[in-house]
Amino acid sequence: MNLANLSPLAVLLPILGAALAFLLIRHHSAQRVVSIGILSATLLLECLLLVSVWDGGTTSVTLGGWLPPWGVVLVVDQFSSLMLVVSTVVSLAVLIYATGQGMADGDQEAPVSIFHPTYLILVAGVSNAFLTGDLFNLYVGFEILLTASYVLMTLGGTGPRIRAGVTYVVVSVVSSVLFLIAIAMIYGATGTITMADLAIKLAELDQGTQNLLHVMLLVAFGIKAAVFPLSFWLPDSYPTAPAPVTAVFAGLLTKVGVYAMVRTETLLFPGDTLNVPLMVVALLTMIVGILGALAQSDIKRLLSFTLVSHIGYMVFGLAMSSVAGLGAAVFYVAHHITVQTSLFLVTGLIERRGGSSSIDRLGGLAKLSPLLALLFFVPAMNLAGIPPFSGFLGKLGLLQAGVELGTPLAIVLVVGGVVTSLLTLLAIARVWNRAFWRKPEDAEYPDPVLMTPGNVGVLPRTMVGSTAGLVVFGVALTVFAGPLFQVADGSAGIMLDRSAYIHSVLGDSVEVPPLAQTEEPQPGEAPSGKTEPGDAK
Amino acid sequence: MSINLTLLIVMGVLYACGIYLILERSLTRVLLGLMLLANATNILILSTGGYAGLAPLFDKQTNPEAYNDPLPQALILTSIVISFAVTAFMLGIIYRTWVLARQDEIQDDLEDVRVAKTPSFDAEDDAIVPLETSEFAITPASPASKDRPDATETPNTASTQEVGSA
Repeated sequence: MNLANLSPLAVLLPILGAALAFLLIRHHSAQRVVSIGILSATLLLECLLLVSVWDGGTTSVTLGGWLPPWGVVLVVDQFSSLMLVVSTVVSLAVLIYATGQGMADGDQEAPVSIFHPTYLILVAGVSNAFLTGDLFNLYVGFEILLTASYVLMTLGGTGPRIRAGVTYVVVSVVSSVLFLIAIAMIYGATGTITMADLAIKLAELDQGTQNLLHVMLLVAFGIKAAVFPLSFWLPDSYPTAPAPVTAVFAGLLTKVGVYAMVRTETLLFPGDTLNVPLMVVALLTMIVGILGALAQSDIKRLLSFTLVSHIGYMVFGLAMSSVAGLGAAVFYVAHHITVQTSLFLVTGLIERRGGSSSIDRLGGLAKLSPLLALLFFVPAMNLAGIPPFSGFLGKLGLLQAGVELGTPLAIVLVVGGVVTSLLTLLAIARVWNRAFWRKPEDAEYPDPVLMTPGNVGVLPRTMVGSTAGLVVFGVALTVFAGPLFQVADGSAGIMLDRSAYIHSVLGDSVEVPPLAQTEEPQPGEAPSGKTEPGDAK
Repeated sequence: MSINLTLLIVMGVLYACGIYLILERSLTRVLLGLMLLANATNILILSTGGYAGLAPLFDKQTNPEAYNDPLPQALILTSIVISFAVTAFMLGIIYRTWVLARQDEIQDDLEDVRVAKTPSFDAEDDAIVPLETSEFAITPASPASKDRPDATETPNTASTQEVGSA
């Protein structure tokens, strides 16, 4: 039996779980069991999917018996299944953390019991966005996850959350409208919205129309991914949400935008028409983001800015459109989802232990809670890209690919990447020095809680446990970086080649993928050169 | 593909009004603007289907050209449902803003304003480094280091002089 036929379950299971959790809204422990159980089952299924395509296969499932150019298809390949597995691991850890927090706080009122169903809907939306092979279905996936995120963002309806929620909702709706306009125009121009079919038909349009559609899609996804000129909303809205919610948003939502950008660049509009602007944007995202982080005194806001800044690395990898660059970007996405989420979870713990997340108030946490310090230190060094960790490996891959490409702009980006990495270290070191290293009484506004010697606040074991689990998973990404990089590079090769994707959706013999615009550009040459022998047989 | 001019003009007007409205600070107007944008987009999707035709129910006698393209309508239906949900949620948020703050305006982020006003001088990062940085200083640095940022200037220089004279 083809395992990929089970892939719709990755979306359906969380939705059914959400319905069940909603019915159990008055039974909190049952609700917890259901949502954690469902998410674990989903994770297991996604691991099976990843194993089934580990060696580079691409399979697709047509839904409802409508054949591909008309119906909705789900496509499972290395990239999508890798994203699924990493995202669900992260969501599961955050869910366990959140239940720990909820149990410890005794939050039994209605707004919090809505958390479980909404969270599962969010996971379903993310899975749908990763799996779908249909542009409009991608829009629907985005809307599912966004609507769930609106609810999670404003959970409890306090003043600051509502204020942040308004910014977030309005920006998201505008980006969705842009995406929908782009879909309408693409349908008007080509008469199809299946991505594999579009890959063939978009190439037949004239260059001006192509560029227009291309830019519209990139702007819509750029807002979601928080790429520099479109990133202003993120540090404004993320930090006010509850800690687990911020953690899962930081890990997943922007990466869904990056995923959509990768598919746009590789499948729909291959070639390097927009590579130069993308590289400039990547550089600005890195530098402006990290400079913003240096100015912050609140850890959550600081981390939000590093999140924006590190999106730049992924866009850089994507903009190189070479196997090495794209592969490193794929690896970097997997690494960054894990690390950024664990940092936000640790910040939640810090806030719990120290009563604040402002580095003007905190101090002496390393002595007070060595475990917390360790949990912060490992992912923080990982984020900054200190040698043994996966952050270093991902950045190294990107920089190598940049040097390999060798254009002046790529070299500038390599330098920018190194500078950003160092500045990240500086920002992280500021947090470390102040919140963990110095004495509590040295803080600008010393915190009475931290200065009382006998005060031992106990952190709930579930919260610490799930955070530790995620930190260990991040370290595991380092340990198994070899095979992971192989899969990442393999997926990059498949994505740049495109023929496997198109054949798996539209059938082997009938469709011949046209050569990616290789009249003048060099970098796209290698994969399309490989295509021809495949077509000949 | 042929396009209905009236629809096109209506769409343009809706887009223009919608964009104007979302630039307002009042939340209710922003919501109205988003609704107009969503409806304008629905009209755009509708017009990608070409002129109106017969309902797409299969009939052997009908020429396939006479049918209307059903796909854009399915897309519109989905997008109407989505914008309906978002509008309802926005109304909820706007009501909540009114309950909390008694105003219908987008508010500034206080932390953002605070960070923007913070001077670039940082007492801890930019303090004058004393001459004696060794751990085994002759004069223990304790009186100086405990001082608050507003008082850093004088004690620091004082201790520097002390060390120098010693």
